[in-house]
Amino acid sequence: MKKWHWLAMAVALMALVAIPPFLKNYGVYLFTTWLVFILATMGLNLTVGYAGQKSLGHAAFFGIGAYTVAILMKAGFSWWFGLPAAAALCFVLGLILGFPALRVQTIYLAFATLGFNTAAWLVMRNEEKLTGGTFGINNIARPSLFGFSFDGNLAFYYFTLAVTLIFAVLLWLLLRSPWGKAFKALRDNPIRAESLGIDIRGYTLLSFAIGAVYAGIAGVLYASLVQFIEPGPFAVSSSIMMYLMVVVGGPGYFFGPVLGAAVGMILPEWLRFAQGWYLFVFGTAVILLMIWLPDGLLSIPDRLKARREARAASAARTASAEKLGGAT
Amino acid sequence: MTDFIQLCVSGMATGSIYALAALGFTLLWQASGTINFAQGEFVMLPAFVMLALLEHGAGLGTSFVACLIIVTLVLGLGFKKGIVDPLFKFGMMPIVVATIGLSIAMRNGVRAGYSAEAFPFPSLFGDSIFRLAGVSVTLVDIGTLALAGLIVFAVQSFITRTVTGRAMQAVAQNTESATVLGINVPRMIFYTFAINAVLACAAALLVTPTYLAKFDMGESLGTKAFFAAIIGGFNNSRGALLGGVLVGVAENLAAVYISPAYKDAVALVIFMIVILFKPQGLLGKPVERKV
Repeated sequence: MKKWHWLAMAVALMALVAIPPFLKNYGVYLFTTWLVFILATMGLNLTVGYAGQKSLGHAAFFGIGAYTVAILMKAGFSWWFGLPAAAALCFVLGLILGFPALRVQTIYLAFATLGFNTAAWLVMRNEEKLTGGTFGINNIARPSLFGFSFDGNLAFYYFTLAVTLIFAVLLWLLLRSPWGKAFKALRDNPIRAESLGIDIRGYTLLSFAIGAVYAGIAGVLYASLVQFIEPGPFAVSSSIMMYLMVVVGGPGYFFGPVLGAAVGMILPEWLRFAQGWYLFVFGTAVILLMIWLPDGLLSIPDRLKARREARAASAARTASAEKLGGAT
Repeated sequence: MTDFIQLCVSGMATGSIYALAALGFTLLWQASGTINFAQGEFVMLPAFVMLALLEHGAGLGTSFVACLIIVTLVLGLGFKKGIVDPLFKFGMMPIVVATIGLSIAMRNGVRAGYSAEAFPFPSLFGDSIFRLAGVSVTLVDIGTLALAGLIVFAVQSFITRTVTGRAMQAVAQNTESATVLGINVPRMIFYTFAINAVLACAAALLVTPTYLAKFDMGESLGTKAFFAAIIGGFNNSRGALLGGVLVGVAENLAAVYISPAYKDAVALVIFMIVILFKPQGLLGKPVERKV
């Protein structure tokens, strides 16, 4: 981390703290949704970007987190019990979803996880006794802490910001630890990683489980944000959207999800001026973005650096060639 | 018992349409490593092209042929040159996301530019019903099954029997050796994309009379096609037909005998069982892991 990295982060953080009070309710809602999706896609970035697995079932965990907290709160438990319960459930289910990844890879894994998402969605839609079916669950309360309630939109925004920051720091520490190195080894060359004594089975499962926990917690925040959940936002199309966010932002870059979630959540809002065409414009923008930057938005600095180095190297070559030419 | 047979027949008809989409999907994956998330939309677009031509007074046959040409250019050549070629060297993820973008763009482009309504579509086969030993079977089901089966076998024999087809297989198996042997690799890959477009066009012709032409008709079709392809075996063209028919029949039976609400889970359950016991698919050959 260079000095300007810290500076940029401080400026971004100040912007996140200072801007929302000047926004209308919808703006605050949009910012909060953005944070929720950053948290969810951070988990997916761990599974997909760092550990190199394929997952198209992330929205299932997002939904499981949301439904867990909603159902538990309906049963009279506190939000603060629902949060760890949702995280634990997602961890266990994430471990289980990791098992197909031990047997199959690439496209097969992508569709196994997609199938898991379909199954979870069908349960949410059909098991009316538990989940309310298509009617969903409404009146989900927002949390309060030490007598301070986060009921207001702005208060809940700051609460979400705090939770997101805490989990971002945890992920940062995880990625710097030997575990993080093991995940990357798993992505770059699993057979070599195995021969170096890394338990690739364990780390594959863990990459799914930890990713799922992030989605679950994001789901809990989402349920409290919208206060009404139904199966729609947890369908396969959301998983595909989250995958898109990770890849567009830059898989394997820590801040990739921040940009990716902005593209996925905020860009369609900006495109509202195109009215009925806005999703068409969005889809086209995604295609063009991929063709221009296949490694995601955050590969721009790397690309500039590579270009600068190439230019410096060619300048050095000409200089040394001239020197040689002068000597003869 | 007659119900059972009727369900099987109509399931096979639906399944054979899944098979057409699935076959194109496997061909693309083999030849170019492309997972096409817009496969369902590749069926939706020809349906609307034909519909537009029909509205301008063209006959069903004429509009199908015209549609074949347009679609081969746009979804074959255009798709390959515009999206797959520039992204091919960057691996799987960028292509997947670009095709996701493409499916969003196509679906919503049709919705905004044409209509969000569902449109009826003329059927090739009329609506007569046969009665055979107490079982009533519609001509649409039989015709769909026969035509789709014929197309799958035509593609299969093209790939295995003709020189061009074998060259395409060689490219799919090992691009480098194929180049060394003097096969025009880019052209073979283009043929694959063209066949995919033709298959999509045929699927559109067969599926739209029952499903109606709607901008989001590709959504479930695409997913079913993926599952069918993997169930049957990814590196085998007949596998796509087997997988498609299996999914179609099982779905129909489950909707009636188990629960209509969980109909969409059937493809998934078969898929999971296949992945667990035979990951290469029912008719596929296992692929070794490479360092």
